[in-house]
Amino acid sequence: MALFLTLPLVAQEDLMGLLDEMEEKTHDYSYAAFKTVRIVNGHSIEIPAPGVLQMLISHRFGRVNTGIYDLFGLDQANMRMGFEYGLSPHLCVGIGRSNIGKTYDSFLKIKLLRQQTGKRNIPITLAGVSSIQASMLKWADLDRVNYFTSRLSYSHQLLIARKFSDRFSFQLMPTMVHRNLVATTAEDNDVFAVGAGARYKLSGSVTLNAEYYYLLPSYTADTYENSLSIGVDIETGGHVFQLLFTNSLGMTENQYVANTDGRWENGDIHFGFNLARVFTVSDQHNKAPKGESEKAW
Amino acid sequence: MFRILLALALILTASGTAHAQKFFTKTGHVSFFSDTQMEDIKAYTHQGAVILNTQTGDVVFSVLMKGFQFEKALMQEHFNEKYVESDKFPKATFTGKITNLAAVKFTQNGTYNATVQGDMNLHGVSKNITTQGKVVVENGKIILKADFPLTIADYNIQIPAAVRDNIAKVVACNVDVTLLPMP
Repeated sequence: MALFLTLPLVAQEDLMGLLDEMEEKTHDYSYAAFKTVRIVNGHSIEIPAPGVLQMLISHRFGRVNTGIYDLFGLDQANMRMGFEYGLSPHLCVGIGRSNIGKTYDSFLKIKLLRQQTGKRNIPITLAGVSSIQASMLKWADLDRVNYFTSRLSYSHQLLIARKFSDRFSFQLMPTMVHRNLVATTAEDNDVFAVGAGARYKLSGSVTLNAEYYYLLPSYTADTYENSLSIGVDIETGGHVFQLLFTNSLGMTENQYVANTDGRWENGDIHFGFNLARVFTVSDQHNKAPKGESEKAW
Repeated sequence: MFRILLALALILTASGTAHAQKFFTKTGHVSFFSDTQMEDIKAYTHQGAVILNTQTGDVVFSVLMKGFQFEKALMQEHFNEKYVESDKFPKATFTGKITNLAAVKFTQNGTYNATVQGDMNLHGVSKNITTQGKVVVENGKIILKADFPLTIADYNIQIPAAVRDNIAKVVACNVDVTLLPMP
């Protein structure tokens, strides 16, 4: 008897408990594993939101061990300018131009899985990046038949990332670079590497990043260096500044994965920065029909 | 004996439901607006969950922070990641009471002024607030409307110096929810 009498009373007192019971499970996506689309040189799993255009201006200066005469490399500036555009929460396209090798590049980044809890539990975010690079340098040897395809290299990466906590994210990137033409017959057309990157958030707006690409045993691994980079991301509203030190000069995969020749221990270190700026060019992400983001990814 | 007990139980539960006048929604509209000289920031959600007990005047709100939609994706990311820290504090809640219950006739169509007092819990900080609102009773539905200010600093939300001019110190919040009888 007492049971029936007290039931309604209890229910009245704990409306919040009742509200919690009513709650349905949703897709609780993890977000912002990294501040921006690059960890240091290489891609992170982040892509611009749908309808957002991201401009990325990257500079790599000369080696710091050139000393005061070159102001520790600052006299030599190399740059890449790029644009990336988010087509959906899972897809972005990008283009860029780098003065190193007069290279044009273009890529597609696709998120295949998104880290989430709630309705579904997926512990990682999985993305794929495929890019193509065209070096438009004048032909070195005009006497032979030069094909346009000789200018091209390709790279394919899988990005496997997990945001372990609010502060710490980790990413693995198995990478393959294919060059259609290499300088000597000894060199590999295909270069395989495994990259690892991480970020640690120092404060809401500042993170410490590191990235390493390990070349799998090969002629390339014997003659070139593994790329090691550290950087700091500083976010100010719509900008992210990435200040970095790296032993790689190039900013495209065919360069920093397969063509790094600087050695940290010799001081062959380049100071550089990436400046990312977002422009919201279409507010389609808001106009997406209700439930659109609920798709079972 | 068993029959009497059963009958009693039925009567009690039946009368219980008849009197437990609870109204609810899971799709309540909640929005806020930050107005500065630099920019206007607006966000809304249709995922506000509300229960109102018309007998006692008790009212509870629960809003998922990640449900707020902003004009710009980056604002949304910063809101969740840096300001309200949605992973740590996923919800904002309000537990309160309509204090002038006598003035609100939930059984009669009409618009009534109501005073609501209670605890707002946001970003892990609880604060007692009082606000004026309207209760509209319309053919068995109850619509609650209220506008109230929230001072960001009250809730221990840190705004970095770089964007201090872009985000208002006091944001205007709006609640507009339509409640249906709870089954």
